[in-house]
Amino acid sequence: MSNSSHYTLPRLSFRFIPIWRRHFLVWKKVAATSILGHLADPIIYLLGLGYGLGSLLPEMEGTSYLLFLAGGTVCYSTMNSASFEALYSGFARMHEQRTWDAILNTPVTLDDVVLAEILWAASKSLMAGTAVLLVIWLLGLAHTWLSLWAIPLALLVGLCFASLGLIMTALAPSYDFFMYYFTLVITPMMLLCGVFFPVAQLPDMLQAASAALPLSHAVDIARPLLNGGLPSHAFLHVAVLLGYTLAGFYVSLVLFRRRLAQ
Amino acid sequence: MTHTDLLPPCNARASHQMNTVISAQNLRKSYAGQEVVSGIRIAIAKGECFGLLGPNGAGKTTTLRLLLGLTAPDSGEVGLLGQEVPRHAREARLRVGVVPQMDNLDPDFSVAENLLVYGRYFGMEDDAIEARIPGLLEFANLAHKRDAKIPTLSGGMKRRLTLARALVNDPEIIFLDEPTTGLDPQARHLIWQRLRELAAQGKTLLLTTHFMDEAERLCHRLAIMDQGRIISEGSPRALIAQHIEPQVVEVFGEGAGKWAWEHAAHYAQRFEVSGETAFCYVGEAGPLLAHLHGQSALRYLHRPANLEDVFLKLTGREMRE
Repeated sequence: MSNSSHYTLPRLSFRFIPIWRRHFLVWKKVAATSILGHLADPIIYLLGLGYGLGSLLPEMEGTSYLLFLAGGTVCYSTMNSASFEALYSGFARMHEQRTWDAILNTPVTLDDVVLAEILWAASKSLMAGTAVLLVIWLLGLAHTWLSLWAIPLALLVGLCFASLGLIMTALAPSYDFFMYYFTLVITPMMLLCGVFFPVAQLPDMLQAASAALPLSHAVDIARPLLNGGLPSHAFLHVAVLLGYTLAGFYVSLVLFRRRLAQ
Repeated sequence: MTHTDLLPPCNARASHQMNTVISAQNLRKSYAGQEVVSGIRIAIAKGECFGLLGPNGAGKTTTLRLLLGLTAPDSGEVGLLGQEVPRHAREARLRVGVVPQMDNLDPDFSVAENLLVYGRYFGMEDDAIEARIPGLLEFANLAHKRDAKIPTLSGGMKRRLTLARALVNDPEIIFLDEPTTGLDPQARHLIWQRLRELAAQGKTLLLTTHFMDEAERLCHRLAIMDQGRIISEGSPRALIAQHIEPQVVEVFGEGAGKWAWEHAAHYAQRFEVSGETAFCYVGEAGPLLAHLHGQSALRYLHRPANLEDVFLKLTGREMRE
């Protein structure tokens, strides 16, 4: 059944705020565990890979491997955080708990609900990114105020991967479906986008693919900032991430309308 | 043995338009080429308790969703509290409460938190919601469960909390989709009592149900739906008088079917055999009862006609789905 009203642009309102607050209130009940997770994840990666692998490696792009890895980890961690929230938690709220149904009976629209999901998942990314940055400082890896830019970057990466992830949530018949996304999208993203090694190491074809992926653009912003430099083409990278965000928001919203506004 | 009546013209209520708070004209909705709602027309006045009855799959829930503006009709018009729906559904829903068919309380929150968070969706200030919570909990008999987690509540408590949640914004209209399905008789009676209190306060109630006693006790007016259409409409009493002979004698036991085919037509204006029971519809039960008195193999029950008889006559006895 096609319905032209499913394709109208998002109509936004401030009604997303109470929904965001609802998600925050749920999170507050498990805040301690959640924050520990946000901190433990980067510590394990940075210490394990950074010291383990780093001791075997020469300097990479002019810095220690540990610092090289730190720039990738900020982005990777924020991507993961938003993706898990948008897929698993989002699906639970939409399908299993029927939280969305309850909300939609009030003067709130599906557009507000989807916007709140994206902003909440991005908020989780903001927490994850800030936690990674904290670990980076505590390990004494970054010595520059420029590294603070990683915080708004985490929010942007969160918005981007929340929007893309919600497309899967809108299509998912069950939780099992998300395996495809993690195996076919998130894992390649992690390996192709310069998180663990420079993209220049890849064959030309894969480099071209990497340039199209949003995580590459995030890494290209984060790494120079942690190193005390300004990223080149920052405007382009931000524009790509914003482009993915807006496209993901629109496509997921259309799919949610088709799924739910029946 | 059934037939469907055409909906009688309902011009009678046109003069009450001032008071109409829910209206629908020629409402149609199809899914995947299958028409689920086929030209429905409804007008519900302020303060009315209106029931939508129908077997599973009759289109009741879809009708509610259309009236609330949660889905757009293929054609037709909906008015809710003076607003055009779905275009201005948001404004209309500010003054509406909804009790959904399936419980969707927030499992992570306490009873009171569920009310607080829900009130915020209506744009209410926390202070205003907090001020309403004690009264709502009282109404739902849940004052002692204020801080309980949702998974620890019984089915009846969850339903009552869902009703309280629907009242958080002090709505003028309350939509209830099968409000007592799955509840035990005690829980059901408590919900009925609360719904009558709401009706007495002047709230407009629109409920769907397939419990005939529920509809008969609560509703001022009913519409019986089948296959996406309203096939009859009126007060419970008027519907019974319009469609059914005043007395029913149910004859059951081994051989009831055989007895019915041989004798029932002689004593009853109309009869139906369903399984081992024969339903005899009569104006005057005396001769039939005298006859049955002599039939030692048969047992029988003599009762006034009720809404279930109307419902089964109009929608048939065969299983749905």
